[in-house]
Amino acid sequence: MATPRADDWSWFPALALGVSFLKCILINAYHSTDFEVHRNWLAITHSLPVSKWYHENTSEWTLDYPPLFAWFEYSLSHVAQHFDKEMLVVQNLIYTSPATILFQRLSVIVTDIVFIYAVKECCRSVREEKGSKDLLGHPFFILAALLLWNFGLLIVDHIHFQYNGFLFGILLLSVARHLQGRHLEGALLFTVLLNLKHIYLYIAPAYGIFLLRSYCFTKDNTDGSVRWSSFSPVRLVALGSIVISVGALSFGPFIAMGQLPQVLSRLFPFKRGLCHAYWAPNVWALYNMVDKALSVLGVRLKLLDVAKLPKASMTGGLVQEFQHSILPSVSPSITLICTLLSIMPAVLSIWCRPRGARGFLRCLVVCALGSFMFGWHVHEKAILMAILPFSILAVESREDAGIFLMLTTTGHYSLFPLLFTAAELPIKVLLMLLFTLYSFTSLKKLFRLTIGFLVTSLTKALLPRLLSLAGRAALGGVLVVPNFFHLRMMEATVFLGPSML
Amino acid sequence: MENWSLVSICVLFGLTARWAVSLNSYSGAGKPPMFGDYEAQRHWQEVTYNLPVHEWYFNTTDNNLNYWGLDYPPLTAYHSLLCAHVAKLINPDWVELHASRGHESYGHKLFMRATVLVADLLIYIPAVVLYSFYLSEGSNKKKVCTVLCILLYPGLILIDYGHFQYNSISLGLALWGVVVLGLGWDVLGSLAFVLSLNYKQMELYHSLPFFCYLLGKCFKQGLAGRGLFLLVKIAVTVLVTFALCWLPFLSDPGQILQVVHRLFPVGRGLFEDKVANTWCSLNVLIKIKTILSTDTQLYFSLTTTLLAILPSSIKLLMKPTLWQFKLALVNSSLAFFLFSFQVHEKSILLPAFMLPLFLKDGLLVPYVVTSLAFLFFSIYLLSAFEHCSEDKLRLGPYRRLLICMPRMDLGRVTKWKFYFSITAMAGLSFMSVALAPPDQLPDLFPLLVSVFSYLHFLGLLLYFNIVQIAEPLQSVRKNQKKSN
Repeated sequence: MATPRADDWSWFPALALGVSFLKCILINAYHSTDFEVHRNWLAITHSLPVSKWYHENTSEWTLDYPPLFAWFEYSLSHVAQHFDKEMLVVQNLIYTSPATILFQRLSVIVTDIVFIYAVKECCRSVREEKGSKDLLGHPFFILAALLLWNFGLLIVDHIHFQYNGFLFGILLLSVARHLQGRHLEGALLFTVLLNLKHIYLYIAPAYGIFLLRSYCFTKDNTDGSVRWSSFSPVRLVALGSIVISVGALSFGPFIAMGQLPQVLSRLFPFKRGLCHAYWAPNVWALYNMVDKALSVLGVRLKLLDVAKLPKASMTGGLVQEFQHSILPSVSPSITLICTLLSIMPAVLSIWCRPRGARGFLRCLVVCALGSFMFGWHVHEKAILMAILPFSILAVESREDAGIFLMLTTTGHYSLFPLLFTAAELPIKVLLMLLFTLYSFTSLKKLFRLTIGFLVTSLTKALLPRLLSLAGRAALGGVLVVPNFFHLRMMEATVFLGPSML
Repeated sequence: MENWSLVSICVLFGLTARWAVSLNSYSGAGKPPMFGDYEAQRHWQEVTYNLPVHEWYFNTTDNNLNYWGLDYPPLTAYHSLLCAHVAKLINPDWVELHASRGHESYGHKLFMRATVLVADLLIYIPAVVLYSFYLSEGSNKKKVCTVLCILLYPGLILIDYGHFQYNSISLGLALWGVVVLGLGWDVLGSLAFVLSLNYKQMELYHSLPFFCYLLGKCFKQGLAGRGLFLLVKIAVTVLVTFALCWLPFLSDPGQILQVVHRLFPVGRGLFEDKVANTWCSLNVLIKIKTILSTDTQLYFSLTTTLLAILPSSIKLLMKPTLWQFKLALVNSSLAFFLFSFQVHEKSILLPAFMLPLFLKDGLLVPYVVTSLAFLFFSIYLLSAFEHCSEDKLRLGPYRRLLICMPRMDLGRVTKWKFYFSITAMAGLSFMSVALAPPDQLPDLFPLLVSVFSYLHFLGLLLYFNIVQIAEPLQSVRKNQKKSN
């Protein structure tokens, strides 16, 4: 490239197109049961009337996303019928004709256009120091590369199969709008997002408090505290009407049909158990491990009777409920309380000392991490909710860059069990190396991070993993311990960081 | 960002693209009784592991040459033997004599694909990186872009990781030869090329340029003194390397003859299938295969090939510079492809013209994606269109030739011709996939593709020959801009 100027954005389509080509050659790679899940939803929304969508259970993969996503699948199904009509038959379970695979994969690649647009908007909102750098050193270039080529998103969406690109695109667009000061649009986008996938409830507190504090109260006192007199009812009503109208559009038909309890039970299936089949490296996984360790110890020391212990193995890879043997069992309400306690400091901080949109973004990341740590039935994919928004902060501040490097390396490594087939092993290793190498070298160059700093980062990320290999067989909790400690540390550092000072 | 990190990223990306393509199907998958090139390679592992060396190239009860008999030079056989040893460690069923015929399994596919990746990583990719950094010009960024574009070349990826072959070894060794010659180490360069030649006899396409370049260098240094010494060193290296490669076969002249017979199957006729060279295209108008006898065909093609490469070789002998060498490589391989005997479409390694092959292998999606990606990145990163002026394209000689024609900007003509060609290729590809040919002309689309390609190759042959020959014998300017 003849040295492009900073205001020449031709590199952006090149980056986007490059990663799209990569996504296209992954079309024939392994896909998980999530592929069948989405095919089933295409079939349900296409072939059955709306009243049956949340009652249908021919397949075990029942519809468990909010109604707007069902409408999204419905619109996709109209394109799907031109590829292969058979995939839209509800009874065709595990139907994987080449045309089906092509269609589903292409639909993820095409809907990623939302993500690409959102990344562009985020890049435009990035702060940077003046001074001519070459293109590769600009924060917005680095951010674009870190987001568009994000390892986690690539393997979860384009190999494992999901629509996270589309959803995270809406999230990042909402964040970008807040950074640009267009708060109503941001709120609208977030409400739509919530009605597409309710997992984003994890970060709803950040949105709620931020909008209430920084948008509804138009002015602050000189010391930064709340000026109660500047409360604007108009703005509150505007926000409220956005939330209510989107909610009505989404849930309205189902409330009218009296199906709301059924829909809610599908959306919040608490029968699925404390931990997912593959443990997300959070507190409860650690809790399970300690419980298991204690029970093994107890049996060895003849303090417990083997026959009285619950038989279900938590590492069995099954989605089910079970009781703990020694430590007290954990119920959904306890997880909720723990989550709320963990995000309380961050949320309070943006109420008492708001730092504008960037403070909100920081709080968002903390909420995502806190919910990941203490939530009920958390998937390890949820770590992406912290990694992706945090990328924006990572290219703006040195400390954040260091934390980001640890967070992504650890988080992405924790996604490895998602692709367990031998054929995909080189791909995940190569892509992980690619992303890690790029993130380390580009951020190092941007912030002139020292070698020493990077070595300690890498060591802290990798050494416990190496140590855990030894304890792997004994405890059965594979990646949990090192990941857990790091993620906990991340969370602590993130909110104890600049926003608290 | 530093060079090493950028290059590593390019290499990692190239490797990912390669492995992603390898997840698709391979040649002859699930097609008994003969299967395809994949089975051929597996069979060679079986033969070389289980049979003694003197039986590898012979038709015996244990070795049926009609079922993928070995038809590459000894280095391929040694490589297969090495892979077989590894295969035996992992799963002996894969190389069991006779019993493993047609063996296809998930694990075996992974193993075979892994062997290609390892060979690529060890031989071809380092050569590409070294070539871009030491032998091409431009800023560091430009060199990194060159690495990326070369690594993304779809032809090699699709043939090696899709269809299944080991071209990266022979091409890589030849490229090492070029790099090392460019750095001035003639003896090592000839060693590398001889190894490449002993891996695949197709490298003969590049042999004349190597020969003429080295001979020309010897002449330049004066045959009375240092030139002669260099000539002797090179000759000895070549002979010793050949001897080492053919060592097990040297004891018996019958062995050598049989191997040569397997390498050059002169009984098979002027061409097979639809190939984008002169004979196949000429066959559309005049049925040469029926008019001339096999022997006549052989001599005819040999003569035309030699005539076609004569100008370029002589020029290189007279002016043995690196730039002339590169041009001669292109000219020689094009000439051989267009005029020689029993050429396979894979020899050209140009993807668009192997479309029928890829369709048969079930590689349509990787073909489309890698071709588009390569085109896009080459154009975007290497700013091909910005260099499309008359001067940069060295169209000066054309201007002199076409003196009678009205003044036109040949640079723009070339650019528009490029657009036209790409559109036509895309159209032909689409038609080959989507439409069914009329009943009287069942081979219509492959034939159209090969004739269309043939015309392009002929045009390229003429263009590069003119560029090479028109260059003055003594370089006038010290810093000539070379568009590589």
